[in-house]
Amino acid sequence: MTGIEHLQQTFAALRERQEKALVTYVTAGDPDLTTTARLMQTMAQSGADIIELGVPFSDPSADGPVIQRASTRALANGTGLAEILHLVSAARPGLSTPVVLMSYYNPVLQYGLTRFCQEAAAAGVAGVIIPDLPVEEAGALLAAAIPRGIAVIPLVAPTSTTQRLAKIVAVAQGFIYCVTVTGITGTSQSVTEEIAGLSRQLRELTELPLVAGFGIATPDQAARVAQYTDGVVVGSALVRLVEQQGENSLQAVDQLTRELKNVLVGKNW
Amino acid sequence: MLPDKRGYFGAYGGRFVPETLMPALEELTQAYQQAQQDAAFQREVSYYLKHYVGRPSPVYRAAALSKKIGGADIYLKREDLNHTGAHKINNTVGQLLLARRMGKKRIVAETGAGQHGVATATVAALLGLQCVVYMGEEDIYRQSPNVFRMRLLGAEVVKVSSGSGTLKDAMNEAMRDWVTNVRNTFYVIGSVAGPHPYPVMVRNFQAIIGEEAREQMLAQRGALPDCVVACVGGGSNAMGIFYHFLPLQEVKLVGVEAGGLGLHTEQHAATLNAGRPGVLHGAYSYLLQDVAGQVRPVHSISAGLDYPGVGPEHSYLKDSGRVQYITATDEEALEAFHLLARTEGILPALESSHALAGAIKLAAQMNKQQSILVCLSGRGDKDVPTVAKTMGVELI
Ligand SMILES: Cc1ncc(COP(=O)(O)O)c(C=O)c1O
Repeated sequence: MTGIEHLQQTFAALRERQEKALVTYVTAGDPDLTTTARLMQTMAQSGADIIELGVPFSDPSADGPVIQRASTRALANGTGLAEILHLVSAARPGLSTPVVLMSYYNPVLQYGLTRFCQEAAAAGVAGVIIPDLPVEEAGALLAAAIPRGIAVIPLVAPTSTTQRLAKIVAVAQGFIYCVTVTGITGTSQSVTEEIAGLSRQLRELTELPLVAGFGIATPDQAARVAQYTDGVVVGSALVRLVEQQGENSLQAVDQLTRELKNVLVGKNW
Repeated sequence: MLPDKRGYFGAYGGRFVPETLMPALEELTQAYQQAQQDAAFQREVSYYLKHYVGRPSPVYRAAALSKKIGGADIYLKREDLNHTGAHKINNTVGQLLLARRMGKKRIVAETGAGQHGVATATVAALLGLQCVVYMGEEDIYRQSPNVFRMRLLGAEVVKVSSGSGTLKDAMNEAMRDWVTNVRNTFYVIGSVAGPHPYPVMVRNFQAIIGEEAREQMLAQRGALPDCVVACVGGGSNAMGIFYHFLPLQEVKLVGVEAGGLGLHTEQHAATLNAGRPGVLHGAYSYLLQDVAGQVRPVHSISAGLDYPGVGPEHSYLKDSGRVQYITATDEEALEAFHLLARTEGILPALESSHALAGAIKLAAQMNKQQSILVCLSGRGDKDVPTVAKTMGVELI
């Protein structure tokens, strides 16, 4: 099964069960890769449907302070793409949850786009999200990813014009990442205002699942946003727990993941 | 002329930014194109450049310095005599007039040495626009006179403590602000860096430097200079003075990067000399990075050159061989600083001192019949505390 198929299967199963997808994000290597591996297992067991692993970058200009600090900690540990791919590969046998990587473009570019897609596919990575790679610049990555079944998951923003949305959905695979706010990652007060209009526009353009992220921290926010989408991403709220409790954050992460997933099931969406 | 429609100078440039910003870049590109074709806008820019900035800035023949070196005749393009003390004001006049035309009321900027911040705060005050400037903690400390100037001009200066606390971190933070407030905010980038259309737009606003200098050299000397030298951080004063000389193959063009403590150390900011292509701050260009693509810490005594990236047009000009890029160390820049002060009574900015150090090396290998034009991009008042410190002198 390719990565794209793995994501398709995941969303098909969720639809059948009338559930919304919970995507949980942690930065790989924060506080260390062993803990990241344990966090992946924990999140999968507690209800995460897709696990998003952040590849640390020195200059994460689309991220807020929480993920920025996590990146700094992970880099101080020497975490790089090779180790992260190895981590996914090692986790794969016992983990049926798809894993997607979130990376800034330069680490992937320097690794080599072909080499990266080859090794990611071999490791069982389902897709990749690159916040600083708009559709106009994504040609080379798409060319390396498509033949290997790796989904290049695009981001769309509340500021995207209809014309841009059409251009983006035309090359999208896996799912579409809807940025909930005009802003950076982190917690935010008013996450539902923009997503309502954005999802309405997108539904007319594509059948692909829509997943909303940036600023969603609590079960209440997740439930409100999920009215408009097929899933939500929660990042900074989990990363903050890892920041506070390090290796001992498993229990807190387990609890928040369960609370989040709880509001995404058993509703008449 | 370059770049192409997607903002590429050969292999370099482009737009590597979050989707949130893409519509804003498209809007800016369109607004800028319209403004360029609008005679009224051009007149407005020219008016402020002449009556407010003080253009044309003089070209001055540095006879005493040239005599001391004993080689080529050195000429200085005096951008230090502009209002606010550097070439940065040429660009901020252009961009802020454009911002006003686009109906944007809030301006954000990043600054390293503080000159771009001061220039932005100045024009924002002039045009009645709200202004926020991001500045690294380290730079706030070493350029404190400029921080106070910005505050006097009504700007909010935000301290950036993340990363190395220098220009690149200030740029990250300005981009975060812009992503968050993109609907009402105009981001004024201070160099020929960043996503398209900034590199071409900033170059065009700075091209006045070389356009004037070419005419002034012909009028004063009756000939083009044999060589034009400028310092390169992001590369805006260099692109500004080079641009109109690019087609003139007989004129040698030289960019001087910050050699810091030397290229054999990691403590320098010589991007084109020691980096390789990568993506940072919205463009594909040469970058100082490690094997994994993480941006490397950099060092220069001059805050305005302390940047791991460089404008994409310079990457193109390096590969094509049209411009030669050399380095000057902290120490060489300081020597040049003192030499110009003693021979000509001019305190150059530490950034400009790098250009001067490069020119001094080149002039010594040339003969008296030849000439070198140096971009004196700014004055050294802001650097007096830094220079005093290197001399072990305590200012009261
Ligand atoms: C006086 C002066 N010269 C040069 C620079 C470097 O900028 P650029 O390389 O864009 O000309 C600066 C930047 O702060 C400056 O203040």
